[in-house]
Amino acid sequence: MRTASAAIDAHDLTAAYGTHIVWSGASFSIPIGSFTAVLGPNGGGKSTLIRVILGRLPPARGTLSVLSRPPARGNPLIGYIPQRSTFDPELSIRGRDFVSLGIDGHRWGVRLPGGPAAAATERSLQAVSAEAYADRALGRLSGGEQQRLQLAQAMVGDPQLLLMDEPLSQLDVRNQRIIVQLIADLTRARSLTTLLIAHDVNPLLPHIDHVLYVAHGKVAMGRPDEIITSEALSEIYSSPVEVLKDRSGRVFVVGLEEEVSHPHR
Amino acid sequence: MVHAYEAGTVVALIAGAIGYFVVLRSSAFAAHALSHIGFAGATGAVVAGLNPIVGLLIFTTGSGAAIGALGNRLRSRDVTIGIVLAWTLGLGVLFISLYRGYATEAYAILFGGILSISASEVAVTALAGLVTFAALIAMYRPLLFSSVDEELAAAKGVPVTFLSIAFMVVLAVAVTEAVQVVGVLLIFALIVTPAAIAVRFTSRPGLAIAIGMLLALAFTWIGLSIAFYAPYPVSFFITSLAFGTYVLVRIAEPVRASLRRGSPT
Repeated sequence: MRTASAAIDAHDLTAAYGTHIVWSGASFSIPIGSFTAVLGPNGGGKSTLIRVILGRLPPARGTLSVLSRPPARGNPLIGYIPQRSTFDPELSIRGRDFVSLGIDGHRWGVRLPGGPAAAATERSLQAVSAEAYADRALGRLSGGEQQRLQLAQAMVGDPQLLLMDEPLSQLDVRNQRIIVQLIADLTRARSLTTLLIAHDVNPLLPHIDHVLYVAHGKVAMGRPDEIITSEALSEIYSSPVEVLKDRSGRVFVVGLEEEVSHPHR
Repeated sequence: MVHAYEAGTVVALIAGAIGYFVVLRSSAFAAHALSHIGFAGATGAVVAGLNPIVGLLIFTTGSGAAIGALGNRLRSRDVTIGIVLAWTLGLGVLFISLYRGYATEAYAILFGGILSISASEVAVTALAGLVTFAALIAMYRPLLFSSVDEELAAAKGVPVTFLSIAFMVVLAVAVTEAVQVVGVLLIFALIVTPAAIAVRFTSRPGLAIAIGMLLALAFTWIGLSIAFYAPYPVSFFITSLAFGTYVLVRIAEPVRASLRRGSPT
C-alpha cells in the first residue's frame, strides 16, 4: 500500500547483517510532515533502521521507498545527525565550518569564495540561534551548543527528511526540552518529516505524532497513546510488557529489555 | 647548501599542510609508524643496491594503504600498527647488518641527510611535493568532512574508506620526502608539531594549514641557517625549534587565558 503523502514507505522490510537478522517483516508508512519517535531497547535495531533509510545498508528483503525513491546514499534531501557521545574536546574546527560541510563537504576540491555555502550556513545558524558561538572550536562547546550546531548542519541543505540518532542522550533534562522544542518547531514550520531515536520518550511526548517501536526483531508503528500501553506492546511483542505512569504523567516501559545485552554497533 | 634550502622548503610546506589532517584525524601514531616501516624499505633498498628513497617510498605507501584500509573505527588499530612497526624495525636492523658499506646511508635515513642532497634529488622532491599538494587540494573538502565526522560524511555520500586509504598513501609520500630532511626518527618535528601548534591558535581549517606550513618552513630555514655556523646536526636544530615553540605555546596558553579572564571586557 503506497500513499502519495508518505515520506517513508516500508513493506515487509527485513534488515540483516550477513545472516544475522536484526528485524523482519516491517511494514509502516510515515506521513510527510510528521514527527516520529523511534523507541526500543538498546541493540534492538533502531540505528539499523536509520542506516537502511540512509541507503547505507541494503534491505535484506522487502521494499522501502524514501521520499518516493529507493533509498540511496548521499541523498541531499535527507538531513542526518549520527549517534555520538560528544565531539573530541581537542577538535579544533569552528561550528561554522562543520555546518558548511553539510552543504558541500562531499564535493572534491576546495570551496571557492563567493559560493552559496556561506549564506546558507548563516541562515541555518540563525534558524537554530547558534550564531553567538559558531566561530568557536566545536570541541570546546557545551553539549547543548554542539547539538544545536549538529541540527544546523542537518538543516543546512534545506532537507525534507530529518533523521536523528539519539540527539538527546548527552543533554540534561532542561536542554533536552529546549532541543526537542526546537526540532518540533522546525518540523512544523518547514513541513519536515522527522525521525528521532530516543531511549526516553518523555521529553518527546508533547510533540510527536507517531512512535516506531523497534524491539525483539520487530518494528511496530502507532500513535503514542495507542502503542505505548501495556496491552498494545504486550500483544505486539507477545511478552508481558508493562507501561507505568508516575504522578507527573511520565511513562516508563518495562519488559522489552533484551535478555542478552549486546553492545550497540 | 642551496639544495638543502630548496629541498627543505618543499618538504616543510608539504609536511606543514598534511600535518593538519594528521592532527585532525588523530593519526600521529600512524604517521610515525609509516616512517619507521619505511626504514626497513630504505635499508633493504641499500642492501639491494637501490636508491634508499625508492625502498622507502614502496614500504611507506604499501603500509599506508594497509593502515588506511583498516579504517578509523578499528579501535585496535594502534596495537596492530605497533606490532607491524616493531617487526619492520627488526628487518631494518637485519638489513643494516647485511650492508657491507658505510653506515652513513643508514644514519642519514634515521636522522636525515639534507646537507648532502643532490640537484636531481631536489628535482624529485619538488615533483613529489607538487603531486602531494595537488592531491591534498583535490581531497580537501571530503577529507575534512570525514576527518571531523566519518559516519555523517559516509551518509552524505563521501567515499570514506577510499579517502582513508588515499590520505595514508599521500601521507606516505609526504613522510618519504620529510625523511630526507629530518630522518625517520624525527619525522614528528615537521609533520605533527607545526600543525599541533597551529590548531592551538585557530579553529579555521584554512588558516591552521597556513600557520602549520609557515611554522614548518620557519623551523627548517632557521635550523639550516644555524647548522651552517654550528658543527651540530640540522635535525637537532629543527626538532629543538619545533619542540621549543610547542612548549612556549602550551605555557603561554593558560597565561593568556587567565589574562583574558582578568581583564574587564
